[in-house]
Amino acid sequence: MTTATVSRWDRFRESFFWYSFKRDKVAVISFVVLMLMVLSAVFAPLLAPADPYDLAQIDILNSELPPVGLDGSDPAFPLGTDAQGRDLLSTILYGTRVSLMIGFGAVVLQAVLGILFGLLAGYLGGKIDAVLMRIADVQLSFSTLMVAIIVGAVFKASFGNLMFGEIAIYMLIFIIGVAEWPQIARTVRASVLAEKKKEYVDAAKVMGFGTPRIMFRHILPNTLSPIFVIATVQIANAIISEAALSFLGLGMPETQPSLGSLIKSGFDYIQSGSWWITLIPGLVLVVLVLVINLLGDWLRDVMNPRLYKG
Amino acid sequence: MTSPLVSIRDLEKRFDLSGNLLEQITFEGGRFRRKQEAVHAINGVNLEVHKGEALCVVGESGCGKSTVARTVMGLLSPSAGEIHYDGQRIDNLEGKAALPYRRKMQMIFQNPYASLNPRMTIQQTLEEPIRFHHPGWAATEVRDKIHEVMHSVGIDPDWGSRFGHEFSGGQRQRIAIARALAVDPEFIVADEPISALDVSIQAQVLNLLMDAQESRGLTYLFITHDLAVVEHFGTRVAVMYLGRVCELADTKTLFATPRHPYTQALLSAIPKLEDDRPNHIRLQGEVPTPVNLPSGCVFHGRCPYANDRCRQEIPQLIATDGGGQVACHAVEEGRL
Repeated sequence: MTTATVSRWDRFRESFFWYSFKRDKVAVISFVVLMLMVLSAVFAPLLAPADPYDLAQIDILNSELPPVGLDGSDPAFPLGTDAQGRDLLSTILYGTRVSLMIGFGAVVLQAVLGILFGLLAGYLGGKIDAVLMRIADVQLSFSTLMVAIIVGAVFKASFGNLMFGEIAIYMLIFIIGVAEWPQIARTVRASVLAEKKKEYVDAAKVMGFGTPRIMFRHILPNTLSPIFVIATVQIANAIISEAALSFLGLGMPETQPSLGSLIKSGFDYIQSGSWWITLIPGLVLVVLVLVINLLGDWLRDVMNPRLYKG
Repeated sequence: MTSPLVSIRDLEKRFDLSGNLLEQITFEGGRFRRKQEAVHAINGVNLEVHKGEALCVVGESGCGKSTVARTVMGLLSPSAGEIHYDGQRIDNLEGKAALPYRRKMQMIFQNPYASLNPRMTIQQTLEEPIRFHHPGWAATEVRDKIHEVMHSVGIDPDWGSRFGHEFSGGQRQRIAIARALAVDPEFIVADEPISALDVSIQAQVLNLLMDAQESRGLTYLFITHDLAVVEHFGTRVAVMYLGRVCELADTKTLFATPRHPYTQALLSAIPKLEDDRPNHIRLQGEVPTPVNLPSGCVFHGRCPYANDRCRQEIPQLIATDGGGQVACHAVEEGRL
């Protein structure tokens, strides 16, 4: 088993993928920044100086302290505090965590739905294809935000604010995941249409393999490259959608802030001079989305079969 | 004569061109009409493949020879007609009932660059069918079987962890043959298995197929357009034109005394070294479109011997004195 993993690692290190990654400075820097953000978000409970979810640690007297280096700052709060007196650094770390969780979760949901429906539509064709793709068209004709606002408002009204706070993260994953699955389904379907005409699929049919086995074991691995590219970009999109929803007050509650709800909570104080509450989480959000998009661009170039196949 | 291993009876295959109901409606001459069109790829083919032989099917591009192969293998379902294997009708079997025949009948494809899954290693490619058809086998049995088939096609078993794209075309075709042999088939349909290969590799692969036939007692249905290969490889030859079999005979008989005018023209086109002034039979015109088949004999528009009967009546295969069968009114009437 160890020999197999070693050879796979060697194969990876000799691959075009790794080679082009090493040569592309933008990709390397984006990847490093993204990894730093992901790691600091994942280990937020260990890294953060304070726990923003713990009401006992918050003192209202510390509210709206500026970041270190400005008049009236407190060295205990390197990035200052927000209107409730929470340490902004800790809140951003926890907020990035929530944003990333929603981004990844929504894309996993999109990928599951998109791959399943895309494979079925592309491989089986005919009526199933027509029905699934028309559903996708209908879904795409609604703006994601509009659907999310309606569903979010209904949820919020029917569950009440307290209950909503507990399920908000799952609801956001669900809304963004369901709203965006056609993006992945269409890409998968297009690849499947190209792959299913190839002779290795005929060879599998001649062997007597069942349709699910051919779809998932033979065709799906050959359609993964475009899925990776789309999924990367979709993570960034999902994070933006979540931030927009939170900014509108339909996303994460202030007690468990995401980057979007942090920006919103600071927006009320931006006129009174406490610009950092909005600006710093806003910068973090921009950097996060930017590096994911840059990585997605690089992936698209690498995995473009017209440039390189393999 | 013993009963045939595979028999194809009155096989027809049409490919619909006109699409769904909405697309079929056309506006012509001031009124709406429903228009249906289809490509008639195979039009009543009867063939029998006997155990141990290599039946070659030849014909030009678009004559339906690949469609016959794919229909026999169940990749396409026939529009009409039946396919029997060892006396059992198989074209209407589905799911589990078809599995034993999937193991007994295997196929080798034309393009070795597309017939191996690019994301699977050779080991996985060969292992999957064996495990699928012999779920009870132990790991050592499976490994021994893989080694055996890889040896028999001349591929080093140590190469199992490599991917298809790391091999040359000839090697890939050997691997594809190994995959077909891995489930111990009795009958192999080879759809132009060597036409995508270099000439120097073609002979190797052909010899490999012949060795496998001898050592494993295989029966082949061999689709090709290369007449030299037919002469070398085939026990019997079926010549197809526009979806019909026009002549069927032993290889020697066919090459020595072709009876059908199309076969004669086809064989006269083989280049010969000693010939400076080849006496090619030149056919007039083009192959008619398979969308609108000609009435009567499909070859009548280009046949120098065609008469009114040929234009109206479809010729059936009749036995000739040479032991073959030919579908030609002129031969039947003794005009040829």
